[in-house]
Amino acid sequence: METTLNRNETIVYQRPASFRPAPTHYCPGCTHGIAHRLLAEVVDEMGIRENTIGVASVGCSVFTYHYFNFDFTQAPHGRAPAMATGIKRTLPERFVLTYQGDGDLASIGMGEITGAAARGENITVIFINNAIYGMTGGQMAPTTLPGQKTSSSQDGRDVKTAGYPIRTSEMLATLDGAAYVVRRSLHSPKEIRRAKKAVRMAFETQARGLGFSMVELLSSCPTNWGYEANDALTWIEENMVPYYPLGDFKVHPALADVKI
Amino acid sequence: MTKELLKGNIAFAEAAVRAGVDAYFGYPITPQTEALEYLSHRMPALGRAFVQAESELGAINMVYGAACTGRRTMTSSSSPGVSLMMEGLSYIAGTEIPMVLVDVMRGGPGLGNIAPAQSDYKHIVHGGGHGDYYPIVLAPANIQETIDLTYGAFELAEKYRSIVVILIDGSIGQMMEPAELPPMKPRKKQFPEWATDGCEGRPARFLTSISLDPPKQEITNLRILKRWQEARANEVICKEYFMEDARYAVVGFGTAGRVALSAVRTARAEGIPVGLVRPVSLHPFPEEVMKRLSKTLDGMLVVEMNNGQMLDDVLVYTKESLPISFIGRPGGVIPMAEEIYSSIQQLVNNPPPIGSSPRDRWFAKVCKEKGL
Repeated sequence: METTLNRNETIVYQRPASFRPAPTHYCPGCTHGIAHRLLAEVVDEMGIRENTIGVASVGCSVFTYHYFNFDFTQAPHGRAPAMATGIKRTLPERFVLTYQGDGDLASIGMGEITGAAARGENITVIFINNAIYGMTGGQMAPTTLPGQKTSSSQDGRDVKTAGYPIRTSEMLATLDGAAYVVRRSLHSPKEIRRAKKAVRMAFETQARGLGFSMVELLSSCPTNWGYEANDALTWIEENMVPYYPLGDFKVHPALADVKI
Repeated sequence: MTKELLKGNIAFAEAAVRAGVDAYFGYPITPQTEALEYLSHRMPALGRAFVQAESELGAINMVYGAACTGRRTMTSSSSPGVSLMMEGLSYIAGTEIPMVLVDVMRGGPGLGNIAPAQSDYKHIVHGGGHGDYYPIVLAPANIQETIDLTYGAFELAEKYRSIVVILIDGSIGQMMEPAELPPMKPRKKQFPEWATDGCEGRPARFLTSISLDPPKQEITNLRILKRWQEARANEVICKEYFMEDARYAVVGFGTAGRVALSAVRTARAEGIPVGLVRPVSLHPFPEEVMKRLSKTLDGMLVVEMNNGQMLDDVLVYTKESLPISFIGRPGGVIPMAEEIYSSIQQLVNNPPPIGSSPRDRWFAKVCKEKGL
């Protein structure tokens, strides 16, 4: 962005060039905005804005392409990793990413994400896990915690009939094609800084052609959880983190020397 | 160039290569699999993209991604696999980007069987995926025609920003015939102004099929219809055999049309003034041909390897204004020339009343024969 500086003024913080100056449609307190910002900062810092193609998914982030200032496509529900595969195989020199929620990636799209990870598809996946279907109004997701109330599990998720949440990162990390699979959270400034480093590392994985990279980000959904923004962040820390431990589940040995 | 003995599935795959296909994504399914096998080594050897996907859902969405980059992209499958692809086809149509699909049809519904059938006419020609969209559908009847239509399919798809489907059945996929392959075209170096292939030195673009504002979606649908109307006016292909002095016509596409030609030849030898009309473009359908023939002929016999899917279109465009009969072999059975010949004789000797449902009459006869 163009900014007019007065003498003695220095820019210390501004909107990344990869992030369009557009208001988002996300609810107040939702952490999608933070995840977007981290992604845009990483793309800027690596100088790859004109060399990056994104694939949006279905869910709250369906309009992601309005917010990023690089080429974007938008996939059918769950199919973003397949679309990203088509783009990456056709244009291997481009950076290709998908931005998917938990309903999209871990429910309807489990086939496509598993196939992409198993093939070692050299793409980067940003996986937003907020334990609920946001866009359709707060239904039970594959990631909804046992006992968690949603509009389609009104007495709380009953594991006897609705089964158990899926720990996607742990599952995908078992695949040899996965090069970098980690879980981070967006519930505090410290965790957000760690999350950004992970997003950078995922792109460094792709830059080195090491294979599939994914950063799962524990995220809030104040609207559908029915919490104030801050309480929602506390809910992530107190309820989601114990079920979805933060950590590195797969880190390719070639990344050992990469310092961020 | 000389003729080679080529199998249908290999022939269309190589024709696509020579047409400059940049990316192929597929999934094994009989009777189409040889195309996937062939391209699994041919494409990488040429430095082009090939992926055997995790499913047909995966394959069609890989096509979607690659097609968004403006590169020439295709997939091939067979009926049940194409059912799985319908989601992606609708999205691709809604995004208004070109691609080529070869559907090597087999017996259905369900898992059906792997024998040749014309089971997919309705779901390919009249939609299948959700929403208003209009694929261009071409139905060759031999290997040479399969090569030629596939070779031209990419430019056709790009011209109308449309899906082009090459609709063949398992027998064309599996049979071998002498045919000539066209020269290798250079791959495209210029890409369309809508392609999302990285925003080097230009503003960023996006491609999507979502339009939450209904009036905007309405405009999109009308724009798709406008391109289709142009295709409908310009891209009709219909082959006619022995039609110059014919009083009767057999109408059939693909393999059914090919078998019918034998029956027509036999009938001609017997002095019956009958010809064959073989729609090659099923969509756009040869509407004007049907309208013209409905006014000049004494009768028509529609032959299909299904329960009469194209028959409904023939009835629409002829307005049932002449005697029409139907003979169908669904479920993976190929009609014999003899049964078609006998139906021609019946049409000529005992023409059915105008407006009496051809399918009902055929079905009553079949029920009696098979004790249903």
